[in-house]
Amino acid sequence: MKVLIPSALRSYTERGETEATGATLAAALDDLERQYPGIRFRMIDEQDRIRRHIRIFVNGEQARDLVQPLDATDEVIIVQALSGG
Amino acid sequence: MARKSGKSAIGRRSSKSRARRTLVMVATRKGAWLYHGDAARKIWRADGPHFLGHKVSHLVLDPRDGKTLLAAAKTGHLGPTILRATDLGKSWKEAARPPAFAKAADGKEGRSVDHTFWLTPGRAQDRDVWYAGTSPQGLFRSADGGVTWEPFSIINDDPQFREWMGTVQDGTPDGPKLHSIMVDPRDGRHFYIAMSGGGVHESTDGGRNWKTLIKGMDVVEGFGFDPAKPTFHDPHCVRLSPTSPDRLYQQNHCGIYRLDRPSDTWVRIGKSMPKQVGDIGFPMVVHPRDADTAWVFPMDGTQVWPRTSPDGKPAAYVTRNGGKSWQRLDAGLPRSQAWWTVKRQCMVADACDPVALYVGNSGGELWMGRDEGKRWSCIAQHLPEIYAVETAQL
Repeated sequence: MKVLIPSALRSYTERGETEATGATLAAALDDLERQYPGIRFRMIDEQDRIRRHIRIFVNGEQARDLVQPLDATDEVIIVQALSGG
Repeated sequence: MARKSGKSAIGRRSSKSRARRTLVMVATRKGAWLYHGDAARKIWRADGPHFLGHKVSHLVLDPRDGKTLLAAAKTGHLGPTILRATDLGKSWKEAARPPAFAKAADGKEGRSVDHTFWLTPGRAQDRDVWYAGTSPQGLFRSADGGVTWEPFSIINDDPQFREWMGTVQDGTPDGPKLHSIMVDPRDGRHFYIAMSGGGVHESTDGGRNWKTLIKGMDVVEGFGFDPAKPTFHDPHCVRLSPTSPDRLYQQNHCGIYRLDRPSDTWVRIGKSMPKQVGDIGFPMVVHPRDADTAWVFPMDGTQVWPRTSPDGKPAAYVTRNGGKSWQRLDAGLPRSQAWWTVKRQCMVADACDPVALYVGNSGGELWMGRDEGKRWSCIAQHLPEIYAVETAQL
């Protein structure tokens, strides 16, 4: 599936779009981690919680947890969401 | 290639012949800067910003190779990481496995690292070993130069330590911190750590067992806090003398202390500070070659605890007799209306002869105190809020 990467994480991927495989969001993130070591922890904490200022959308709908099923044709968009100085 | 290990700094009376160029590393709320001094430490070349926008809690050079830098960093969006450069900051790479707590069992509430706060390199002979302290409070170790990190010792999950650490409400405003990780240069299994809050602790067996070292330390008065409980102790910064590792100095929320091992009782040497200044502050600096000489940078700890320079007049204070007396060092610093805050990692000494001090403040200014703090001058202005300052000789 296609995964869109926010600018804050492109130091890992060196591009704004990449590919990942997996039957769930957790599996897709594991695949990203395999390709880009360290990237998962920047988005997901060690208790498997999506970090406070990270949003993940699957086909335009916000994913709330990592058990969400995915299909190979889905589009995953990772967004950095921050306010304040 | 790592330098051959020596006998650390013990017994070295002068580093004049070794000192070459001084590097000052500045970690800020919005990135990191390196300041390269010339041989006379008069001209400073700024190198930065590095990773602009990252909150950098600590930036440390590996003294074993003189070129590897580790930065404890996070951004507003992303979780924490350790950034690493092996070429004095020309190129950085994130850690493959940053410090992280163990995953909690199903149904249990687990902790997650908000940021790494403190970095300590291992001894000269323990190549590639680093230690990290985090917020919430945790202790971690890397054996590969900072690429991957693992929980270290029993502290992170020990029920007694967890009780002493308290919750987010018990620590500093941006979270409780484990800091002041010190490795005895004579014995790699002998550690000291400090926790804000949670006291000072010592291990002599590589982190398997810990002894609490809080005797003699005061707690905030008027609330009935029991000084025998580590929970109520807030050491801001603890330093070990490089030449006499059995001597420790501490700047605490409640005063300045000295501890001479094997005694386990701290002595409040801040009582000899001028009453109108007090002995509250954050950083603590020990002379690299003289265990009787140490510096503090007092903050206002009265009424609502502004934590700014008392009366708006910044000054360092030095003792040259282990805390029996203190002298004010403010020549060249602003004379009035300067409401500095200097955090616990924001004052250091270099290893030159004579020693110079370096102070970073929350207003983004970096100052140098030449001749052991006798003459101050500003190196840099208009930086983001400074979180930490370190020095190294290249």
